[in-house]
Amino acid sequence: MAITRRSGAVVALLAATTLLLAACGSGGGDTNTNSSDLYKNPVTLVWWNNYNTDGPGKTYWQKVAADFHNLHPTVTVQFNGIETNELQRSKLPAALLSNSPPDIFAAWGGGEMVEQVQAGYLKDITDQTKTEVANIGPASNIWAVNGKQYGLPYQFAVEGFWYNKDIFTQAGITSAPKTMDDLNADIAKIKAVGKIPIAVGAGDKWPAAHWWYNFALRECSATALANAGAKHTFDDACFVKAGQDLQTFNATNPYQPNFLATPGQKGADSSAGLVANGKAAMELMGAWDGGTMGSLTPDKKQPSFLGWFPFPSVSGGAGNQSAAMGGGDGFACSKKAPPECVEFLKYIVSPDVEKGYAATGAGNPIVKGSEAGLTDPVLQAIAQATQQAGGVQLWLDTQFGATAGTAMNDAIVAIFAQKGDPNGVVTALKNAAR
Amino acid sequence: MTTTEPSVGNAGRATARPAGPRPGSPLAAIRSSTRAARTRRKWYEIIGLTAPAAIVFTMFVLAPMGFAVYYSLYRWNGYGWPTEFKGLSNYFGELGAFRDPIFLDALRNNAIIIVGSLLVQGPLALGIALLLNRKFRFRSVFRLLVFVPYVIAEVTVGIMWSLILLGGSVTDTFLNAIGLGGLVTGWLANLDVVIWTMLFILTWKYTGFALILFLAGLSNVPTELTEAAALDGASWWQIQWRITIPLLGPTIRIWMFLSMIGSLQVFDVIWVAASPAVRSLGASNSMATYMVDHGFNERQWGYGNAVAVILFTISFVAALLFQRFVLRRDVDDARTGRVN
Repeated sequence: MAITRRSGAVVALLAATTLLLAACGSGGGDTNTNSSDLYKNPVTLVWWNNYNTDGPGKTYWQKVAADFHNLHPTVTVQFNGIETNELQRSKLPAALLSNSPPDIFAAWGGGEMVEQVQAGYLKDITDQTKTEVANIGPASNIWAVNGKQYGLPYQFAVEGFWYNKDIFTQAGITSAPKTMDDLNADIAKIKAVGKIPIAVGAGDKWPAAHWWYNFALRECSATALANAGAKHTFDDACFVKAGQDLQTFNATNPYQPNFLATPGQKGADSSAGLVANGKAAMELMGAWDGGTMGSLTPDKKQPSFLGWFPFPSVSGGAGNQSAAMGGGDGFACSKKAPPECVEFLKYIVSPDVEKGYAATGAGNPIVKGSEAGLTDPVLQAIAQATQQAGGVQLWLDTQFGATAGTAMNDAIVAIFAQKGDPNGVVTALKNAAR
Repeated sequence: MTTTEPSVGNAGRATARPAGPRPGSPLAAIRSSTRAARTRRKWYEIIGLTAPAAIVFTMFVLAPMGFAVYYSLYRWNGYGWPTEFKGLSNYFGELGAFRDPIFLDALRNNAIIIVGSLLVQGPLALGIALLLNRKFRFRSVFRLLVFVPYVIAEVTVGIMWSLILLGGSVTDTFLNAIGLGGLVTGWLANLDVVIWTMLFILTWKYTGFALILFLAGLSNVPTELTEAAALDGASWWQIQWRITIPLLGPTIRIWMFLSMIGSLQVFDVIWVAASPAVRSLGASNSMATYMVDHGFNERQWGYGNAVAVILFTISFVAALLFQRFVLRRDVDDARTGRVN
């Protein structure tokens, strides 16, 4: 009996150990194909996409994955829709650190990508994608590090004000504001008709932070912004000036009450919901806002009263007054991905796929000629503004990377809460850059 | 441990065991060696049987804790392996956790939630438990109703209350309707109020948990005692105060312990119900939400690990102190009951 019991324990122990070793040992096995035998061996591309909610965008990307498999039967693309922040902040870093990262995944470009390249996670696709980069234009630089291409954007657009034309008419506003003085005058008129002038989703932090970004864009010279992006130097007085502009503007009380608790995109009481349901006159937001608003109305349709205008100019600012803040979405291939990954990436940004994407109305395509697929008049206006802008600056939090970007957003929110001051933002940026 | 011993062989020793030499026999030497063998065998069995659990525990509990301490000494953004050694600066440095006012806010908020939970949930649940312990019609329905909030998932509770409390919604309308419109405030936006809103939601949710523990404890209070007291002319209040509640002591102390540890680690309700902005301003954050905000969202994995180590240390010390000074009596009772 004793023997049986003891040997049983030994067996159990051995079994447990073996299982653990097996668990630790799996996950290796690189794909050793080189470009000469492209499409010869069957491969599966694991695709991490940030279209996680059901809708035309997600349906479209699933179709793109299936189409690519039909074109190249050796390649199977496995679509995974993952919520943006979860993907970028927790899942992707852990997966990249492991032995089995996804082959192709959503990439915002900017500081985040610099860190990924420094850690040696991304595939250099410079040579294979010269044609695509030429078709995309200067925005592709955001997905390049030190002159080498590591990813390609499929959508890019500038941000501006989404506004309710009906409320503007009701308030007697005849043309979109061109300067901050115009905007302040319009805010007074909108208050007079009993509507909320501006909705801001300050609860989510970044929608509030974008106000500071735009003031910084108007106050800072191109050199100051470039130094901030590349060298993380924030000594230029314009960054304090941006905070002062924001403080002055906030003092006019243009937002909905309790904005520190207002989410940007969730529910009818979110900032997008307030505009969509006719309670607020305007919102400063990226090109996706129309789609977001469409999902927040009772009939699930994008309101017909929507119009768009760019961020007004700030008098005396050293920055380019026609420049615009913007951002986009792209994909990158991990270093371990098979060469078919690059081919799939090129397929995603090919004009036909981009036109199809434009037709979904989920965002602004970036490849030349594909804007013809845009049907929504507001998105057409944004596409035009993106092309005509006197320079496009990537969202500052994306540009500066997660650490400095989040610290900056926190400090900007403190200004909104009247707990921080303009110097606080610069201090936070400098501390994070240390 | 003689060299001959292993040659005896496991099998031989094992079969010899039932026929071991009796005390006082001339075979004392053999007896002692057999006793040693028996002791050894006992240890083999202990090691063999606990090894799987010990390995799993080491791999999934002790080793991660060790890694957390190790990572916390670095500045690390999670890409590649940590290389930038910073010593204890994530804890005590100029930009360390203990010098960040927002982290100190988190500590204060945790303290508010611990004290608030103990002072509000405990008496509330005890009162309801004593009421629901009496026999009346639909008793189980009432028990169920009080317990329902505890069964609802934290995230659901968070979303539900954020919808109820959002400005201009149900709560404000209700307060206006009953003439208390002056109380209306930004329940989730007023930085001085949010933490109390969180405490309210947590109380709403976790009182049911205390209640179910207390009801279980009450069912162990012998009815003979209360009946005897009643025969002696004790009032209902006297019975509760002098008999039931003292006998409920061990249950109450265990609940205090669980509530304290839960309050230290509170995360989900706060994460969902309060906005990220309010959280990062230090109005509603807890140590756990601070850890995720800075570890993942700000991608300072080394710093996040330092916060995790602080949270663990505080919980561990609190648990030890509570065991030593409060739970000790209950544990001692249990031991004297078992030994001898």
